[in-house]
Amino acid sequence: MSSPSSSPVPTGQPLVETKDLTVDFTGGARPVRAVAGVDLTLGAGELVALLGESGSGKSVTLRALMRLLPERRATTGGSIRVDGRDVAALGRKELARFRGGTVAMIFQEPGLAFDPVYRVGDQIAEAVMRHEGVSRRSGRARALELFERVRIPSAATRLDNYPHEMSGGMRQRAMIALALACRPKVLLADEPTTALDATVQIQILLLLRELQREFGLAVIFVTHDIGVATEVADRIAVMYAGRIVERGDCRDVIRAPAHPYTRGLLFSRADHAFTKGTRLRTIPGSPPDLTALPPGCAFAPRCAEAMPACSAGVPEEIAASETHVARCILLRPGVQSRTDATAAA
Amino acid sequence: MLAFTLNRLIYVTPVAIGVTVVCFLLVHITPGDPLTAILPADATLELQEQMKAAYGFDKPLPVQYALWFWKVLHGDLGNSIATGRPVATEVLRAVKNTLILATVATMIGFTFGTLFGFVAGYFRDSWLDKLASFISVLGVSVPHYWLGMVLVIVFAAQLGWLPPTGAGPDGSGDWRPDAAHLRYIILPAVTMSVIPMGVIARTVRALVGDILSQDFVEALRAKGMSEFGVFRHVVTNAAPTALAVMGLQLGYLLGGSILIETVFSWPGSGFLLNAAIFQRDLPLLQGTILILAMFFVMLNLAVDVLQTALDPRIKRG
Repeated sequence: MSSPSSSPVPTGQPLVETKDLTVDFTGGARPVRAVAGVDLTLGAGELVALLGESGSGKSVTLRALMRLLPERRATTGGSIRVDGRDVAALGRKELARFRGGTVAMIFQEPGLAFDPVYRVGDQIAEAVMRHEGVSRRSGRARALELFERVRIPSAATRLDNYPHEMSGGMRQRAMIALALACRPKVLLADEPTTALDATVQIQILLLLRELQREFGLAVIFVTHDIGVATEVADRIAVMYAGRIVERGDCRDVIRAPAHPYTRGLLFSRADHAFTKGTRLRTIPGSPPDLTALPPGCAFAPRCAEAMPACSAGVPEEIAASETHVARCILLRPGVQSRTDATAAA
Repeated sequence: MLAFTLNRLIYVTPVAIGVTVVCFLLVHITPGDPLTAILPADATLELQEQMKAAYGFDKPLPVQYALWFWKVLHGDLGNSIATGRPVATEVLRAVKNTLILATVATMIGFTFGTLFGFVAGYFRDSWLDKLASFISVLGVSVPHYWLGMVLVIVFAAQLGWLPPTGAGPDGSGDWRPDAAHLRYIILPAVTMSVIPMGVIARTVRALVGDILSQDFVEALRAKGMSEFGVFRHVVTNAAPTALAVMGLQLGYLLGGSILIETVFSWPGSGFLLNAAIFQRDLPLLQGTILILAMFFVMLNLAVDVLQTALDPRIKRG
């Protein structure tokens, strides 16, 4: 799986660029910082996987990119530029054109992301009509074209289906068709295969990868499944407690994970426990409470290699290899891991 | 669609037959003999037996029911004891007046109820929501006969803008859709509309809140729909439930308007029912209840069918 750009920061004008992106939810009793300074760059034709457990801020980051978060309850900071435009500065009409036109999203639950009382074909036609000002007829024609493109069998009759009349895999295909309806440049996929059967997952992944190459789409693929991430991604960014803790070339990150959290994720995969008699290695503890984060590295309380210096401040990004970086003080020159020290003694 | 309607019609039949049984038994379960009202107090035993035979009360109950049911099927509900006129004509005239009043009231209530409901649901927890919710709670809690009297005092007695009672200027007892009669329907209809308004507003508010929190609304925004476009989807999703509630409210108003019709002397079924009860006019009471119950059954059927037409998830067939 070779990719055109395998450096952490691709050269040229990036399609998506966030700088120090923060999202604070102020609706609850205590304000919550769900995203705490995310820098993300994405070029055309590139697929980056955003990896992390529930509550790590992956989906919130995606929604911030489209300004989908409820404005009354969420405050977004930092800068987001997509296709050369400042997303925060878009007016109401520009925003509507931007959503679906420049950036489209695929949702986790295709069964819930379609309006249950409208025909699926009409819901796609509706988007085309809105963005391109064409008639219902041409909208439906485009929907049919797309249904055939995502390989929905007997596409013409399926257009008249209501969402509940389709299977999960078919609904997700229809969702992809909807996302591609207005030829976006950036596709945001929010755990698009999580709600599907394993066999259907593979089909959807392959389809996404194929369409991404064909249309030269930039894709941000959110997942908590490291296997899915390695399957599709050029680059991986691992999120923990609202921060990207490790990012870089996909193969590099998987082969030589530099952050203890990434290592933990890799070891907790089922294929490491297939040998009989060995226990599955898990990450101890539970995801952090975002309202009461520890000072410094948020992973330190669960980290086997934590040391007093971890609490001193949030670790900066340090190069772990030529193509990947991580936020862990173990990478600082002269800092020795405790486990290494015991091994040496 | 036709198959579904027929299917529902079959389901409705046992309910309808049950209703006729209850109405029939009404005569026999009410305290006192049905004949005491028409017989003089000092009637001889012989006369009593004669009357019993004349009205068919001497036959066994199932036979009486079969005979009565046969007559009902042919539109014969007997004669009113008080006026001697056929019950069917009396009731149908009254039902027509009530239907007009209830329809106008439901329309007013539905319009304002959905308006308040949508505003409250869309701007949840804002002062607009609080105001709309306050009005709808007021609507369901204020005793409507009291509200009716207050409206009569203000708009009829003090301001003199509208007539206080009756259905028309000529006192004939029938409402007709013209300018002169229109003034008579305003006060009772407004009074009556307050209940459905409150119920519908609260239902729609909850419904809109529920729909807006669903994933597909975010998906609609993500594909670039305008706020109006999203609103259109919300309305389509809310319509089946809102219409069902409206249908039921109309049903309640058809039968439950005794107090309002009495306050405004509106010549409807509630007014008639009231009169029948106080005059112990059993055939009239029986006929009125039977027809009102049938209306309710048919209304539920219509709502069922309409809902299926609007929401594809309710299985057809």
